[in-house]
Amino acid sequence: MSQDIIAKLKKSGLKGRGGANFPVWQKWQAVLKAKSKVKYIVCNASEGEPLVSKDKYLLENNLADVINGIKIAKSLIGAKECYVYLNKNYFKNFAKKIEKAGKGLNIKIFKKPEGYISGEETTILNNIEGKLKEPRLKPPFPTEVGLFGCPTLINNVETFYYVSKISSDDYKNTRFYSIGGDANKKGVFELGSNLTIREILKETGNLPNFDFFVQSGGGAAGEILLSGELFRPVYGVGSIIIFDKEKTDVYLLMKKWADFFIAGNCDKCTPCREGVYRIKEVLKTEKIDKEILKDICLVLDRTSFCPLGRNVSRPFTTLIEKLL
Amino acid sequence: MAKNIEVIINGKKIKAVSGQTILEVAKENGIEIPELCNHPDLTVKANCRICAVGIEGMNGLQTACSTVVKDGMVINTESQEVKNARKVNLELIFSQHKEECADCVWRFNCQLLKLADKFDAKITRFKDRKTHYPTYKFGSSIIFDSSKCIDCRNCVEMCQKQQVNFLEVEKHGNFLDVIPTRDKKRDCIYCGQCLVHCPAGAFEGVGEFEEISAPLKDKSKTVVFQFAPSIRASIGEEFGMPAGSVVTGQLVSAIKKLGADYVFDVSVGADFTTVEEANELIERIQNKKNLPMFTSCCPAWVKYVEFNRPDLIPNLTSARSPQMMLGGIIKTYWAKKANIDPKNIVLISVMPCTAKKQEFLRPEMEIDGMKAIDYVFTTRELAYLLQKNKIDLVKMEPQEADNPLGDPSGAGVIYGTTGGVVESALRTTYKRITGQDLPKIEFKEVRGLAGVKKAKVKIKNITIKIGITNGMGNAVKLLDEIKKNPRAYDYIEVMACPGGCIGGGGQPMPTSPEIRKKRAEALYSIDKDKKMRMAHDNPVVCEFKKEVSEEEAHKILHTHYKKDKGNGYEVI
Repeated sequence: MSQDIIAKLKKSGLKGRGGANFPVWQKWQAVLKAKSKVKYIVCNASEGEPLVSKDKYLLENNLADVINGIKIAKSLIGAKECYVYLNKNYFKNFAKKIEKAGKGLNIKIFKKPEGYISGEETTILNNIEGKLKEPRLKPPFPTEVGLFGCPTLINNVETFYYVSKISSDDYKNTRFYSIGGDANKKGVFELGSNLTIREILKETGNLPNFDFFVQSGGGAAGEILLSGELFRPVYGVGSIIIFDKEKTDVYLLMKKWADFFIAGNCDKCTPCREGVYRIKEVLKTEKIDKEILKDICLVLDRTSFCPLGRNVSRPFTTLIEKLL
Repeated sequence: MAKNIEVIINGKKIKAVSGQTILEVAKENGIEIPELCNHPDLTVKANCRICAVGIEGMNGLQTACSTVVKDGMVINTESQEVKNARKVNLELIFSQHKEECADCVWRFNCQLLKLADKFDAKITRFKDRKTHYPTYKFGSSIIFDSSKCIDCRNCVEMCQKQQVNFLEVEKHGNFLDVIPTRDKKRDCIYCGQCLVHCPAGAFEGVGEFEEISAPLKDKSKTVVFQFAPSIRASIGEEFGMPAGSVVTGQLVSAIKKLGADYVFDVSVGADFTTVEEANELIERIQNKKNLPMFTSCCPAWVKYVEFNRPDLIPNLTSARSPQMMLGGIIKTYWAKKANIDPKNIVLISVMPCTAKKQEFLRPEMEIDGMKAIDYVFTTRELAYLLQKNKIDLVKMEPQEADNPLGDPSGAGVIYGTTGGVVESALRTTYKRITGQDLPKIEFKEVRGLAGVKKAKVKIKNITIKIGITNGMGNAVKLLDEIKKNPRAYDYIEVMACPGGCIGGGGQPMPTSPEIRKKRAEALYSIDKDKKMRMAHDNPVVCEFKKEVSEEEAHKILHTHYKKDKGNGYEVI
């Protein structure tokens, strides 16, 4: 059984659907091989990007498969406990359902604390352990030293869903896209993972007939693409947010991002703590000081402690470059 | 297992050992990489991001403090990208830090300014974010100006390592700020380890930069200075001398030049403490009462016991600390001999310690309503005062401290380092029990900078089980051990700072295990060269005992303790 599922995962080419795109089989293999009596599994259902709701959709409509994915992982690596790390807003609707569906798997539901950083995988570990809400140094990776110092498999809800599908040979190289903003038909759609953004919009009846741009790969950290730049797949989290160019106040949009990041980061490292604050300050001025912005984006991109900080600059730089 | 590997730094092949960080390899090879939050006493946090370097094949820059080298790794520490990133991060660090360079503990040695200069950072590029941040005062010892804090969290980590947990982080609006806790169950012990581990000078001793020359100017008063054992091996660093330089004679001259009428040596006070403590130890062992006996020289430790473990108060020796003993002796015994009204004496004590600023104010330390000491300066403060008065310690012609309280035994000098109190007490205990002098004076097993040291010493038919700790966190571990096995020890020495007083919160900065080792070695070298190496051989100790009644002596040399409900902090 064990090598069987790993071989299937490898063959499928499945990559983590939490946004980091790491090959799933490698993570599983690492936890499987790690020497420890106690191992853990964490299903990440924190869904921290604004305007993205694919994890919620899966919990609502495909919970059995998600749980089955966790079950497969559990029996493979012999985990002691499984945590479902659940977005606070989903708690009321799903906590009981997950418990019921996961009966016998020793599943614990952990309510995700406030803040974007709380979705970052090592911060998840700190949160569950009751430590400071901030990321850990890597290496060691959670696959070796994770929850309570034990090897831990952390995967996104969607990843576990597809593990179940792959296990029963039902995986057709698809993924879930959350489409929102000024879209005609907002919602979550399962489509081929190699489709271009334009194809996705077209197929879901969402290709606007007005002048627009999109934010792809997350409602905060995603990049801005113009209507002519959509001949490529979605990177990062599966989301496309459509903006009506005429109706959108791009300054307000950037301020929203800045507010989101400043409230949601952890303040551990200099570039993210101070850089995000300075972006917010720069946006308050009439004329944006592009020199300062460029410098701050440099240190955010290149020297931030964790992926949150390293991804902050993307929406700002792409918006400013393309729309200002 | 460690393997020999090779890396390339800035185009040059360099040998390294697997497991080393890039920063360690660079340091060994004289390649400069800036650092702020990295400290040899602390874990790697990688918070400040100043040590970022480029590694071929890796996205972004990596922090040298946290990245372990791999065979064949190609590292660039001086590319334009690295320089730019450091420059901008420095500018962001300065945007948090209110500059008050003239009265900063780092004034001539500020790493932040040096780096700003090196990387051409504009320190005022951004408006200071923290100008409205509060300044806190912890007891009479420490001031924390949070508008200077750069959020590296060294202080919080050090406070945790000390098991004091007084400093913590708390979310205020959008920022996680370093603050003193509001939890009444935790209180500052005033060790000052936050201060000496802060790269930004956000902490300072109370009174550190105030008008401290005032007591020297009152011509109607007799100005007396006393200086602690460890100072002679550390203050030279403030004047550019290497760590471990012994400057006892220069220190006396410099203080005299400052205007002091008399300069005495607290190591003589330590000789008194040793004799009192040795007597008490023998008594307690014979009566099997209140064992293990704890030393009480370290006021941070005393504060910890009084606040956190009042159940252990009976275990503290009643013998006063050396500074308090000598202060009391000066204002009674010596004043009488010198025919000076103690009211007309201003006594300034120079200590390696911020907690001593609290100790001398304890009402329990008064002698018939009189304060034994009037001011406590730290080593840094004295150096500042000397520099302000353009007195260069290095150039001073050495002279001896004043008699009869200026010539200590070697035992009194080693009080400044971990294990020193116990070793001194053992030398005297041996004499007291056997009536003979020690054949071998040095107790090597109680020496060294290990956090916890254990020894069993047999004197005649008595075996004394000894525990010695430095660093409050290690002491807490020992207390846990006693909880499980109350008879594990008879005598325990605790110094709250790493390495003992040589690593104290009032000492020159920076501090590191290497610097502390040199300071400790210097103290032992003084002891080795001394003819008089045992406290009970100090003539002034013997004379005092002869001349002063037992009741009077007890008042001057002993004290008591009480449960501490905690002082928390004030916002000033």
